[in-house]
Amino acid sequence: MKLVAVTSCPTGIAHTYMAAEALEQAGQAAGHDLQVETQGAAGADRLAPEAIAAADAVIFGVDVEVRDRQRFQGKPIIQVSVKKAIADAPGVIEQAVQAARGAPAPRPAAAGSPIGAPSGPALTSKVTAEARTATRVRQWLMTGVSYMIPFVAAGGILIALSFMVAQAVAGRQGAIDVTKIDISTISTTFDAGDGMHWAALLFWIGKTAFGFLVPALAGFIAFAIADRPGIAPGFVGGSLSVTIGAGFLGGMAAGLVGGLVALWLARRKVPKSVRGVLPVVVIPLVATLFTGAVMLLLLGRPLKWVSDELTRGLDGLSGANLVILGVLLGLMMAFDMGGPVNKVAYTFATTGLAAAGTAADATQLRVMAAVMAAGMTPPLGMALAARVRPSLFSEPERENGNAAWLLGASFITEGAIAFAAVDALRVIPSLMVGSAVTGGLVMNFGSTLRAPHGGIWVTPLISGVVPYLVALAVGTVITTLVVVTLKQVGRRSVDVDPAQEPLAAA
Amino acid sequence: MTTLISRELVLLDIDADDRVAVTARLAERLEAAGRVTDLDGFLADVRAREAQLSTGLPGGIGIPHARSTHVTVPTLGFARLPQGVDWGAEDGPATLVFLIAAPEGGDQDHLTILASLARRLIHVSFRESLLNAPDEESVVEIITREVAA
Repeated sequence: MKLVAVTSCPTGIAHTYMAAEALEQAGQAAGHDLQVETQGAAGADRLAPEAIAAADAVIFGVDVEVRDRQRFQGKPIIQVSVKKAIADAPGVIEQAVQAARGAPAPRPAAAGSPIGAPSGPALTSKVTAEARTATRVRQWLMTGVSYMIPFVAAGGILIALSFMVAQAVAGRQGAIDVTKIDISTISTTFDAGDGMHWAALLFWIGKTAFGFLVPALAGFIAFAIADRPGIAPGFVGGSLSVTIGAGFLGGMAAGLVGGLVALWLARRKVPKSVRGVLPVVVIPLVATLFTGAVMLLLLGRPLKWVSDELTRGLDGLSGANLVILGVLLGLMMAFDMGGPVNKVAYTFATTGLAAAGTAADATQLRVMAAVMAAGMTPPLGMALAARVRPSLFSEPERENGNAAWLLGASFITEGAIAFAAVDALRVIPSLMVGSAVTGGLVMNFGSTLRAPHGGIWVTPLISGVVPYLVALAVGTVITTLVVVTLKQVGRRSVDVDPAQEPLAAA
Repeated sequence: MTTLISRELVLLDIDADDRVAVTARLAERLEAAGRVTDLDGFLADVRAREAQLSTGLPGGIGIPHARSTHVTVPTLGFARLPQGVDWGAEDGPATLVFLIAAPEGGDQDHLTILASLARRLIHVSFRESLLNAPDEESVVEIITREVAA
């Protein structure tokens, strides 16, 4: 591990140097790369900025104020008296190592100097030391989101491309038919001359990438909390969240549980002999078991109950006021984007589709149209918000915003998760309002749809397409307006990552 | 450049009641050697530092020290006390006492020598060789060699 230290004492001729020597000796003995700046009477041999940037943690062994303390901002810092550094240098070093584990991976210096760990490019987290709890939780979530976005973008865009190709090749039913081509058909009997096979190839790769969305979110939230030992429990918990249908909210819970358990385990005092295998074997094993059990045993049953109740409620509503039904479905679609509530609304629509028969204006077809439109506005609304008010969003969010246009257009509601995960209390209500309006409007206009998915790539299958698009646009704009307003209202506590700010200004 | 320590500044196997007495006896040697101009003034500076926080350290050492206008050249006075004298360290009395005297605003070379001395103090081998040194001459020789290294 890379460490830097500052030592200083009132007189600056004795303790400063004794502490420096003690820390250097102890650091060497423990196998760490430790550099010390002695702020004593003989003048300070200043630490190179590169050394500070590369450091995993900082030790202050000081009885007087550290000079130019701001150089160390954003690093995990251990501060002890200079005598403590002399008397128990190994203990102080161990504390610093623990602190580095607690706030993992060195954050690149503000100037963005490209310094990696010697063992190759290190995963970086957005967690800074000394942050307030709320800020820290947000940094955890932000770390998870920033690693999730590539999966969303790759998977979502591949799926959208697949729909485009399928529509070009097979016409209006293309986007529906492509999802019915089995993956084994592609892997064993791929026909390069068949356009639908190409579309299915894109679809399956995209769908697979998309499958990592929640596990990556959970895994890297846990990583931000507990460093490497958190990755396994986070990923496994996230995957189980998908299995039990808990969606990204379940994934966030899994990431937090997995990370905190791993961190708690890492902070246990253990004999030196087992410390070596702790982060590699013991912590991932125990934390994964615990997180997995929490997901399956604690979350599984309540989720099923919620799904069943919601489904029953929706079934009871059939035949009631259709606009109200559309509003409700819209609220549900946007609430958890692929989670249990969204699934209930979507399943309600698709099962209706099967029962719709051939009547062109069957209620079930209107429900399907409302559900799809309501599922499209969340990513579209956020993409628009990130475009018109970029300063309200972090750099990863803005990048996600670019992909969100295509994802929203393709009815991939998950495109808005990256926004919702870091600021759920402002974003989710905004999405729900927009989707509710769109859902209600589509119902009111009476547009119908015979396809269970596809977004704008199945517009040929929509009847009443102009009102449908109007409803879509209105909901999108409403989501944008609401989220921009909410984010400005709570601006002070939004606490934009300072490292991102220069980019926002550029 | 004058040396940090000479044989007149080494007190081997002395007995003293407390740290004040040890410091005073060492300081007298410094004054006699012309390295401290005002004994009382220098002792007051050392006491002031000692009052901030005792300078006893684990491993049986005490390092009374001061930067003082009454000091002419950076100097080390050394005393060995087989009985030990309480110096405020948690792990017991000090058997090795280093009185470090630095001139106020001393030049960098001198201060670097003191820094190097301070660094040696935490090494067990350095302390042991001083505990086992047969006479004043070898103490001077050990310190000069180690600090120069």
